[in-house]
Amino acid sequence: MSKISEAEVRAEVRQWLAENWNTNLSLLEWRNKLADSGWGMPQWPKEWYGRGLPVALVRVVEEEFAAAGAVGVLRGGIGRLAAAVLLEHGTDYQKKKFLRRIITAEDTWCQLFSEPGSGSDLAGATTRADFDGTNWIINGQKVWTTSAHHAKYGTLLARTDWDAPKHEGLTYFILDLKQPGVEVRPLRQMNGHASFNQVFFTDAKVPPEHLVSTVGNGWQVAVTTLAFERRFADGTGAPSRRGPREGRIYEEERAETATVMEPYKWYPQRAGRVDLVIERAKETGANRDPNVRQEIARLMTLARSAEWTARRARAAQRQGKPQGPEGSLGKLAASHIARAAARVHTMITGTAAMLTGTDSPRGGTIAEILVSVPAVSIAGGTDEIQRNIIAERVLDLPKEPRFDTGPFRNVRRN
Amino acid sequence: MSTANQPPSRPAQRIQYAFTEEQEQFRSTLRRFLEDKSPPTEVRRLMATAEGYDPAVWRQLSEHLGLPGIHLPQEYGGAGFGMVELGIVTEELGRALLCAPFFSTAVLAANAIMNAATEEQKAALLPDLAAGAHLAALALTELDGNWDPDAIQFRASASGGGYVLDGTKSYVVDGHIANLLVVAARLAGDKVALFTTPSDGGGITRELLQSMDPTRKLARIDFKSARAQLLGGEDGRAALGRTLDQAAVALANEMVGGAQKLLESAVSYAKMRVQFGRPIGSFQAIKHKLADMLVDVELAKSAAYYAAQAAAVEDPEWPALASMAKAAASDAYVRTAAETIQIHGGIGFTWDNDTHLWFKRAKSSEVFLGQPNYHRELLMQRWEV
Repeated sequence: MSKISEAEVRAEVRQWLAENWNTNLSLLEWRNKLADSGWGMPQWPKEWYGRGLPVALVRVVEEEFAAAGAVGVLRGGIGRLAAAVLLEHGTDYQKKKFLRRIITAEDTWCQLFSEPGSGSDLAGATTRADFDGTNWIINGQKVWTTSAHHAKYGTLLARTDWDAPKHEGLTYFILDLKQPGVEVRPLRQMNGHASFNQVFFTDAKVPPEHLVSTVGNGWQVAVTTLAFERRFADGTGAPSRRGPREGRIYEEERAETATVMEPYKWYPQRAGRVDLVIERAKETGANRDPNVRQEIARLMTLARSAEWTARRARAAQRQGKPQGPEGSLGKLAASHIARAAARVHTMITGTAAMLTGTDSPRGGTIAEILVSVPAVSIAGGTDEIQRNIIAERVLDLPKEPRFDTGPFRNVRRN
Repeated sequence: MSTANQPPSRPAQRIQYAFTEEQEQFRSTLRRFLEDKSPPTEVRRLMATAEGYDPAVWRQLSEHLGLPGIHLPQEYGGAGFGMVELGIVTEELGRALLCAPFFSTAVLAANAIMNAATEEQKAALLPDLAAGAHLAALALTELDGNWDPDAIQFRASASGGGYVLDGTKSYVVDGHIANLLVVAARLAGDKVALFTTPSDGGGITRELLQSMDPTRKLARIDFKSARAQLLGGEDGRAALGRTLDQAAVALANEMVGGAQKLLESAVSYAKMRVQFGRPIGSFQAIKHKLADMLVDVELAKSAAYYAAQAAAVEDPEWPALASMAKAAASDAYVRTAAETIQIHGGIGFTWDNDTHLWFKRAKSSEVFLGQPNYHRELLMQRWEV
């Protein structure tokens, strides 16, 4: 394979955009062009809607899309993770059936991993899949499923062997949610939003050709997904802020973004809204209180230090150094920041912190911070799990004794 | 600086989040030197002496590594590097707990001279400091232990075409061994200015104090009509403030070096020590504590490194960040030291175990140059909150 240069890629994508980009197209028409040309996911293989570009050159394509104001593929969402898994583990049938409609965003996806009985211990899933000679029959319950209410497909981790050890009895499936055996119910959180769902399976069916990899290899496949979740291999979805962004395709893209981002609208509050602290202290006069000043300084120190730590990790990565400890602690630092921010917002707000909704300062934003922050130290791996990971993988401390070995059937569970 | 002693490259114009290859090389050269010259046995030997340092090691680190002048311009005998390299040096010295008059001579006194002095004075004073031939100390704090330059009450007065100093300075790091004293004093008309005087001049009495951290010696110095030379102009407030900000950055880096060393010792002890039939490091109570210590130390490192980078490129925010880094490193170092003793259990509280050497450095550094609360308040003021 001859090495393609940055300049060649740039010239090529620029010419293609000049010939094809048109704001009067529908989003679907445009995304079909992206799938046909391979420019939507240029790092994907040529035979599967990509151009086989090295990941390092994706940035060039993104820059040209941004410069032209061109819309890319849908950024974020589980579909992209599912696609990454299928490219690595999927059959040709699966790639052909699912990949294109992920690029065109005709199908929305969700991830059916967490269960009421297995949160931190994801491999302890007890949703079962039994083969009846024709289909895999699914029974059980999943939870914390973003977008399940409008998803067409879900990536499902289910137990197919109860006599194998915990991690070896799981299988990875693609499940069609639009069938009678699947019920999706919203899950209301303590902050009043319902960003996630519970999904119940009662004899739901998965055809054998929707089994990914092999029976019993589900955990390995799921680990691939989780790895992608951490270092998301991006396509050309970089939203361009340049130009007026007027035209049919932009309107459709805005509507799409609004739908996709709807579950996440409270996430800035969940992180603690450090950005509001100093202006709130000034507007309330709390900046005259020496105790508040100390707490603001502590919080800002934490927030800035965490930002610099992340930059140190990226800089080391760019230098090609092995990942140091600075790359593993962002999640834990984010928890500390969120909690500290909630405490400082409370100090600044005083008695008004007893109020919520439009009676709360900033139209409810402050109250939303206070009741959203507890999610940060749980979602995506609890603080305690993060500490275990740091202790075992970074500091190389010995592992805890295990009580979940042997046949899963005999393992104590909820 | 042996292999790393290249002519200084052009100073970076923007903040770097990673050390360069040359800086890393310099760090490892320095670390090897210090592991050789400053093992805990040497620290214990020197901390029990009145001088508190080994002149032979000081000569080697001056002549072979050029440490005292690492950050001073080449025209004054320095190596021509800047705050980032100074931070690397203090970080490694803090890690090794080297007993030497580096912070007093190179960080406090030399920077004060760089910031305040005339060209002529710099040319006269700095080469001896850069070469390690002279030791110097900054006499700032008084009996009240206040690090705020605006709180200075110590008086200097014009006399016979020169100046005389009257009063008492305390908490003067290495004041008992310094050849040259840089003294902050208030002039008639209330301006704060800096003065220099040889420590063996008339009217100067020095007394070594009993410092809780015996690796950082402190002196009280009485001046009675002691003759002194004005350093630079009669308004030395800005130069003094800049010196203290630079010292805060250097101290923050020194502290994270010590904290990292403690963390490593706690981790290695937790892997080795067995109780209840398991290494204690397999208990989550210990694991989680160590994970928290790592987060603490890494965040403090980021603040210290960033402050040094910001100071090196004269980012307008750097004085605020100097205070931020000082406060963050103080807290992280003290917490890390306390938890390192905790993880060691009973043995950690003994004199024979080395942890207390760093613990005491952490405690004294916590208040040296101003407590964390003082620096957090400075941060708020500098950000105009």
